[in-house]
Amino acid sequence: MKHIKTLGKRNLKNTLAKGGCGECQTSCQSACKTSCTVGNQKCENK
Amino acid sequence: MSNSQKIHKFRLNNKYIVLDINSGAVHLVDEVAYDVLDYYGDKDLKEIISELSKKYSKNEIMEAYSEITDIKEDGLLFSENINMNSFSYNSENIVKALCLHVAHDCNLRCKYCFASQGDFKGERLLMPLEVGKKALEFIVNSSGNRKNLEVDFFGGEPLMNFEVVKELVAYGRELEKSHNKRFRFTITTNGVLLDEDKMAFINENMDNVVLSLDGRKKVNDNMRTTVDGKGSYDIIVPKFIEMADKRGDKDYFVRGTFTSNNLDFTRDALEFYNLGFKKISIEPVVTDPKEEYAIKEEHLDIILNEYEEFSKKYIKIKKMDKGFTFFHFMIDLDQGPCLIKRATGCGAGSEYMAVTPEGDLYPCHQFVGNDDFKLGDVFNGVINSNIIKKFKQSNVFSKEECKTCWARFYCSGGCHANAYNTNKDITKPYKIGCEMEKKRIECAISILANLEK
Ligand code: SF4
Ligand code: SF4
Repeated sequence: MKHIKTLGKRNLKNTLAKGGCGECQTSCQSACKTSCTVGNQKCENK
Repeated sequence: MSNSQKIHKFRLNNKYIVLDINSGAVHLVDEVAYDVLDYYGDKDLKEIISELSKKYSKNEIMEAYSEITDIKEDGLLFSENINMNSFSYNSENIVKALCLHVAHDCNLRCKYCFASQGDFKGERLLMPLEVGKKALEFIVNSSGNRKNLEVDFFGGEPLMNFEVVKELVAYGRELEKSHNKRFRFTITTNGVLLDEDKMAFINENMDNVVLSLDGRKKVNDNMRTTVDGKGSYDIIVPKFIEMADKRGDKDYFVRGTFTSNNLDFTRDALEFYNLGFKKISIEPVVTDPKEEYAIKEEHLDIILNEYEEFSKKYIKIKKMDKGFTFFHFMIDLDQGPCLIKRATGCGAGSEYMAVTPEGDLYPCHQFVGNDDFKLGDVFNGVINSNIIKKFKQSNVFSKEECKTCWARFYCSGGCHANAYNTNKDITKPYKIGCEMEKKRIECAISILANLEK
């Protein structure tokens, strides 16, 4: 493609099947303790 | 839902970026495609060509149009809203993360401390070992088939009760074996009591250590004072440098707070970097809007601009030093969390709880001391399940503001405590926080786009 380059190809809908395992880190425990950002967490279920 | 509500596009750090909100896909586009997207779906190709013919050739417009169509057909652009009627979150009421307030006491007197200088508006108190053990048993017994459990030693200042911390880590290791669990211990400290032994113990046993410091000496010493009112910078910085150095590959974060007194917090971030810290975080203060140092609506433009400026500097540093990490600019477009996690966010009051020195349970550290939010205690478990229900139901599909917000699957609905502090309602997001969060997400993605090979 000339005009578009896709950076993240992940389709969130596909994560519904296997998602929600709950093994990943709880957001507020990592560094912030006030304002969480979930987009930067890692999935543990790969 | 119209097409424009399905994507979010912005230009930052010389990149044109398009987010497909519902799929989570992120696209880097050129100016032609960026402009065509304004009309795509609402006008047909012919109309778009005439609309943009002054700026681009017919050929370019047609090419961009057809690429957009291809990506749309792959389900990565203008994808439909996700139907979450069947959505059920933590129906088993699993608890897998605890914030242990091992000391409601502190050896600093930071002005903005939400713990009221360590005592959480109650008595100064250290958590007895027995309470801590009960808390660990509570989480082991409440965690169902979850293997990874998290315990953060928090305060006040947890190093003031370090013997208990050590014994709890040992007890946790026993429970791991008998219950087939894995504890991930972390600690948040102001550093005053850090010495060689404590550093060694932390390095051996803690997956992460959060070191509290506010950046420049004058900024830090204005807010983070000792009991007798002096600045804390000179006491702490050498210890933090040593600690960070000793961490090796293990995680640490130097974490600062910015207030209306240092809206130029980029300087504090750079100060961290110049001191040698690679993993840093600077957070907006959470406080009563009446405080003189509170962040107010009128500061927002300055703050948003500050994030943008910082993102430019960040890109420059990152190109030379990959290890530099600002917590809010971290983003992972491929390995990020699943939709459920993105919809529910921090898990406070459900998967995550805070425990006071007496053993009382609260939805998270920010709610400790507010009687309306007391959930129960580690001896009897959860008693007030109504509160838990409320927290569980508060997600990006249920909150009015979040439902239509482009950032919903990155931000995940924001901080309940922020919402409660400003609007007395955990389902009404803190608006200033939303604006900052959205800007941070844009910055994070633009950084990634600039570092892409
Ligand atoms: S930025 Fe605000 S409105 Fe948007 S998802 Fe986050 S909390 Fe909700
Ligand atoms: S409510 Fe706010 S402070 Fe509490 S865990 Fe959630 S994001 Fe963190």
